[in-house]
Parts: sequence; C-alpha cells; structure tokens
Amino acid sequence: MLGYYVRLAAKNLRQHIGLSLLLVGAIGLGIGASMTMITVLHVMSGDPLPSRSARLFVPALDPTPPPTGHPVHGHPEDAFTWPDARALLAAARATRQAAMAGGRVLVRNGASERTVKAAFEQARYVTPDFFPLFAVPMRSGRALEAADMDRHARVAVIDAVLSRRLFDTEDGVGHRLRVDDTDFDVVGIVDGWNPEPRFYEGIASRNLFGEADKVFVPLSTAMDLDMDESFMSCFGEQSPDRVARKDSPDCSWLQMWVELPDAAAVRAYGDFLAGYQRDQRTHGRFPRNIPPRLYSMPAWLDHAHLAPNDLSLQLWLAVCFLGVCLLNIVALLTAKFLRRSGEISVRRALGARERDIFAQYIVEALLIGVGGAVLGLLVTEFGLWSVRQRPDDYANLAHLDAAMLAATVALAIGSALLAALLPAWRACKVAPALQLKSL
Amino acid sequence: MTTFPIAPILASLRRHRMTTALLILQVSFTCAIVANIAAMTTKRVDQMHPTSGLREDGLLVIGSTSTRKSGFLQQARTDIEALRTVPGVASATAVDALPMNNDSWTNGVRTASMTDDEASKHEASMFTGFPGVIETLGLDLVAGRDFVASEYTPTRIAEGYIGTNQASAVIVSEALARDLWPGAQALGQVLYVSTRPLRVVGVVRQLLAPVLQGSQKDAMTLLLPLMPDNGNLSYAIRARPGQAESVLALARARLEAVDSERVIPHARTYRELRQDYFRRDVTMIGLLVAAALGLLFVTALGIGGLASFWVQQRYRQIGIRRAIGATRAQIRLHFQLENALIVGAGVVVGSLLAVGFNVLLMHFYEVDALPLGWLPATALALWMLGQLSVYSAAFRASHVPPVVAIRSA
Repeated sequence: MLGYYVRLAAKNLRQHIGLSLLLVGAIGLGIGASMTMITVLHVMSGDPLPSRSARLFVPALDPTPPPTGHPVHGHPEDAFTWPDARALLAAARATRQAAMAGGRVLVRNGASERTVKAAFEQARYVTPDFFPLFAVPMRSGRALEAADMDRHARVAVIDAVLSRRLFDTEDGVGHRLRVDDTDFDVVGIVDGWNPEPRFYEGIASRNLFGEADKVFVPLSTAMDLDMDESFMSCFGEQSPDRVARKDSPDCSWLQMWVELPDAAAVRAYGDFLAGYQRDQRTHGRFPRNIPPRLYSMPAWLDHAHLAPNDLSLQLWLAVCFLGVCLLNIVALLTAKFLRRSGEISVRRALGARERDIFAQYIVEALLIGVGGAVLGLLVTEFGLWSVRQRPDDYANLAHLDAAMLAATVALAIGSALLAALLPAWRACKVAPALQLKSL
Repeated sequence: MTTFPIAPILASLRRHRMTTALLILQVSFTCAIVANIAAMTTKRVDQMHPTSGLREDGLLVIGSTSTRKSGFLQQARTDIEALRTVPGVASATAVDALPMNNDSWTNGVRTASMTDDEASKHEASMFTGFPGVIETLGLDLVAGRDFVASEYTPTRIAEGYIGTNQASAVIVSEALARDLWPGAQALGQVLYVSTRPLRVVGVVRQLLAPVLQGSQKDAMTLLLPLMPDNGNLSYAIRARPGQAESVLALARARLEAVDSERVIPHARTYRELRQDYFRRDVTMIGLLVAAALGLLFVTALGIGGLASFWVQQRYRQIGIRRAIGATRAQIRLHFQLENALIVGAGVVVGSLLAVGFNVLLMHFYEVDALPLGWLPATALALWMLGQLSVYSAAFRASHVPPVVAIRSA
C-alpha cells in the first residue's frame, strides 16, 4: 500500500512540478538558514571537557567597594586577586585547585643553531594542579610541578606544534625557549590540547574560541618576569607599578578553578568560601559583603555569555524565516490538496477510508520533506562556509557534525509533515457526495 | 460599470477561510519582520559612515611591535627617518592609536572650574604620537597651531604613563571643546587629564575615537604631545597621490630592513583599516538584507502560487461570469481586488505585529524603537508586491474564454 502511495505522490508532485519545487525550495531555504545558526550556537555551547566538566567549579568572590562613580574596567568580580587566590590555594579545601592567567608573549628558540623569527604566542601562567585538574594530555616530558612553582623555575611546557616550529621536532623536551627576554627550559610537550570554548580564559578577554595556548609557565615565574596579562581590573587605590598591581588585593586578574567530587564537597566548599570572606571582613575587605558564589561549568559558561547578541538575533531571524516558509507551505498545500477534492471523492466513493486519504497526503508531504532536507543540507553547508569567512573567533568552529546533520534532516521532514497535517486533515474530511455531484 | 465587486470576493474568500487566514498570517509576519529588518539595517548603515577627521586618501598604516626590551624611543625615531626617505612618501610619523583601530585609551577630563561631580561626566579618548601627526593624518586644524618640538615628551608607559604629568600642551577636537567650554573660545583654556594643567594650543575640526559607541563621545578626543615608548606603535604614512600601493610595500620592506626581528601585525591602507572595523556590521547587514529579500521572495511566490491555483480551480465559474457579461477587466479586477483585500488585511495585522516584535527586540537586544514611518512604507511595498505577484494569475483568469461555461468540467 505504501508503495502505491509513494507512486501516486510522486506522480502528483511531477504533475505540478513548479509548485513542488516551490515547496521544496521554501523548506530548504528555511531549514538551511535555521540550521546554519543553530549549528553555530551548538558548537559554541558544547562541553569543552566532557570527561571532567561535572567536577569542575569556579569560586567567585566580590571584593569591590561600593561604586564610586569612577569607571572600573571590566568585571573584577569575575576574576581573582592574587592574595585571595593564594589563600584558596594554600587552604587546599578542594580535591584539586589551580589559579591561572594568560597573555601574549614573544617566543623564539633560545641559543640554537638556527634562528626562527620571533612571534607572539598565547601563553598561560598556571599553578601546578592545572594539568591534572583539566587532564591536559602530555605527549612527552612532564607537566609543571609544585617544585617549579616554589622555586620560581624558568621551565615551560609547550605545544607540539610550537615545538615543531621552533625546534624542528615535536618532542622539544630539553631545548631552550626564549620567552620575551628570558630563557626557559622545555620540560614537557602538550599534545594539541585546545578545549573549545577555552573555558578557563578570563571572561573579559572575549577570546574563548581563539588561538590555543602554546606555552605554559609557572605562575610564580610569570609574576616575577611581569609577563603580559590579557585582563586586569583594579578597583582601589592603584599603584603605578605594574608588578605591585599583580600582588595587590585591589586588582583582579586571575582565574580560579577547583575540583569537587560530589554535592557534599560542593556544599562544604561553599561554606569554606563564606567563612573565608567572613574572616577577611574583619580585616576590612569585602566591604559590600556580597555572598560568594560557586559556578558549575555550565553555569560559568552561561555567565560568560559566549554567544554575541548578533548571533542569537541571527538565529531568531532564521527561525522566523522558517516560520514564514512553513506558513507559506501550509497555505499552498491546503490549496493543492483541496483542489483535488474531486479525485478524493472518487477514491472515497470507491471505498478508500479517511485515513487512506490522510496517509496519501502525508506521504506526499514526506517526499517534499526529503527534497527539502537535501536542499537544506546544501544551504546549511553554504551558510556555515560563509560563517567561517567571518573575522570572529568562533568562525573556525562552524562545521556540521553528525548530530547537526541528523537534526537538519529531521527538522526538514518534521516541518514538512507538520505543515501537511492541517491540509491533509481538511482533505480527508471532504464530503464525497457533494463533490461528486459537481463533477 | 466600475463599482468594485467586493461582495462576490468576500463570498469566495469565505469559502476558503483557512487558506485565506493562512495567507493573511504569512503576509503579516513578513510585514512585521521586514519592517524591523529595514529599521535595523538603516541604523547600521548610518553608523558605518562616520567622519574620521583624517584625510583618508593616501594614508597608510603599518603596525609594529618591537621585540626589544628598551630603546623604543630611539627605535621609533630611526624608523620614522627611514620611512621618510622611502620614495613616494610625503610624510610619516608614529602614533599609539588611530580612529577606528580599536586601540582605545580614554580618560576623564576636567577644567579648573569643575566640581568633582561635573568632572566625572566628561571623558575623552586620548591620542599620542611623534611630531607630524596633524600633517600626516591630514587633520583639519581650525584654530591655533600644531605642537612645537619643545613640547614633546615621552609617555613613559613602563612607569605607569607618568609622561601625562609632564606634558603642558593639548590639541582638542571641536566636539570636546564645545563640551568643556560651551559657547566660549577653547584656545588658551586649560584642562586636566591628570594633575598637570594642559593649555589648549590648537583645535581640530574632527578626530574620531579608536572605538565607537555610537554616541556624542565618539568625537570627544584630544591629542597630547607624548611620544609612545613601549615598542607597540602604528606608523602612519602619507603617500604622494597615486602611489599608495607601491609605497605600502616599500615602507614595510624598509621597516623590516631596519629591524628584521620586529613583528608587523598588519600593513594596510587606512581605508582597509576602516573596512576591517566595520566587517561585522557588513556581515550583519548582508544577512538582514538577505533575510528580508528571502521573506519577500517566499511570500511573493506564495501569493502568486495560490492565486494561480485559485484561477485554475474557478476556471468554470470565471467562464460563466464571462458568459453572462463580465468583461475581461472585471475578471482581472476581481483577482487583483481579492489580493488587495488579503494583503491589506495582512499588512494591517503585520503593522501591529511589527510593533510587538520591536518591543521584544528592544527588551532582549540593543535595538532602537521602530521609527513608525517604516510601517506604512513596508505595508505599501508589500501591498504593491502582492499586486505584482498576482498579476500573471489575474491576467490568465481574464483570458478564460466564456465558452467553458457550457462545457462540462
């Protein structure tokens, strides 16, 4: 029976080929536009570290004074001051905890037989737990360790790609690296680690989808050498001395991440933060006494508001476009199906049941949906290609994955069926006797 | 007989209540979305053409980041000298920022007479550079003079910008002058960006900020005789007429010859810099326009498609009407009027919907209130589009021969 419906539907579609193309085109365009934007937002809101993210949390303390009318750069409450970070690291109340900051540094190969042109690379200054906390995959050598931090050691872990560029080998352990004007020993190689979004980057840097970190050095060493930091926001009396600002309780510039294994640990850590803030208030800090917060990974990414407003506006535009396309299809299908009232009546008179008629038209819609899915996929691929030409940091992420591919097909066919429901129902309710009389 | 046959049209529409309602709904959604898109697009287009204040023709910009740790001032002077000897260069200098290059440095400004409260409301974007900024950028000096050599001093960025306490002269934009001393002569006045008084020695007609916010503040700028000394500079080069392209390549090569270690993040004409600044807006405008055209296209096809279906469906009735005396013009009028009624209803509902969408957009995004003038404009455009898309179907209807009335279907 199904085969018969399909043949009949194909014949009908061919008979009104112009209209059929119009229907397929409307679905394809609407689906393509929507899926392009859905895909972009989907890749931007992916879980950057599926194996670990459930256990990762961001503590947040707000040490800022009441507003003075003087503009404060960025949001200091989304970052940590060094005194607070140091206290949380020393208390070690979580399974693991790490503080980090990032910036751009000038990288060359140190004393070596061939010179490589200096280039700026993305660097991360981290405390030792950074590596196990985020399960950073090491290719060779070792991660940075507590001793490196304590000794303010001039050691670095670098990315395999950078190693190849500088030292002609992906295993550059033992080579010397010059960062700004200081020589570092390469002790470990990271194997192409680039979680997307780079969740541990400070929110204010607005660079969470950009270039991967290529160089990792101990935070203590980076502070000694006053390496560039991508974000710093001061809110109290400011020292003109940059190094002093990094030590100041009035300048936020670090990110803190902690690992908490279960709900009890999360509660306990929350209590610990509250206690820490109470204690600090006796020293005159945290004047506004805003309760500390503990963000989960999804909550933090949500707080970071990664998708620019323009993107979600584009999504709504695309969805509205799809909506109008569907309305169009419903209207056209109604006209098309009801025009065949005579034919329906003959079939009904010959014994077809209402649900046979209904099935017949749903099959026809299904065929339109399949055509729409094919066109929709093409339009989506083109749309994503055009997104990749944008100058934004998220542009290179815009690729169709298996889930989105399936979603495109499902959405196209689903839309076609949805649009056909009403017209098909109307068609199968045609009163045969009345129609037959007028034939 | 030219009375409008509204009654039969309404009667036939009543027989297609659902299709009619769907079409009205589609037209109203299209109308609402297109009106909002039109308003958003025109606003973005307006924002894309600010007057920078620079003579943009023939102005080139080469970024340079030094890989050294010190001696930046001397390095910049050497670079500028080298650039001036490049064939085709009329003048060259180095600046810390340019209009629309995203390198913003803003500071509160105040006059001696201001209270703290007043002073907190005044803010300006600050530009610094080596001698020759006015000449090379082609700024229009409307009063006073350029800085003299003795007024220049290093910014001393590494020491927390303490150079700002050593400068004594400033050049302000007309907009900032009006903001600080409304109705008064700015030349010779004193302003403060830190502790030291700065005397206004010149006023330029316009100098746009490095980052635009779409407000009055964009034009409130000042130029200080401070020489940026952190090795992070933009070299501004004015090429002689017609030589911009060749000068750009030569100047870049010359800078690399002076110091092969340096990093040159970009070398481009000022026009390219400006285009880069607006690239996102261009993308968004492209998308908005494409969406609007797509909607109109789909709606026009929908109207046309449905109309031609109705014509085929009523083939016999049309024949009967023709047989009992209706003229071709009357038949065509029937379909055009029918369409006018449907689209008319659609745009009326759509105008209300447009205001609703706009309220939502204003709530969730930074979108302005919809200028109400867009509503009748969009409505009229859509209504005319409807007439256009129904035309061929109406024309075919008017050519149905009366003889079909007596044939059986």
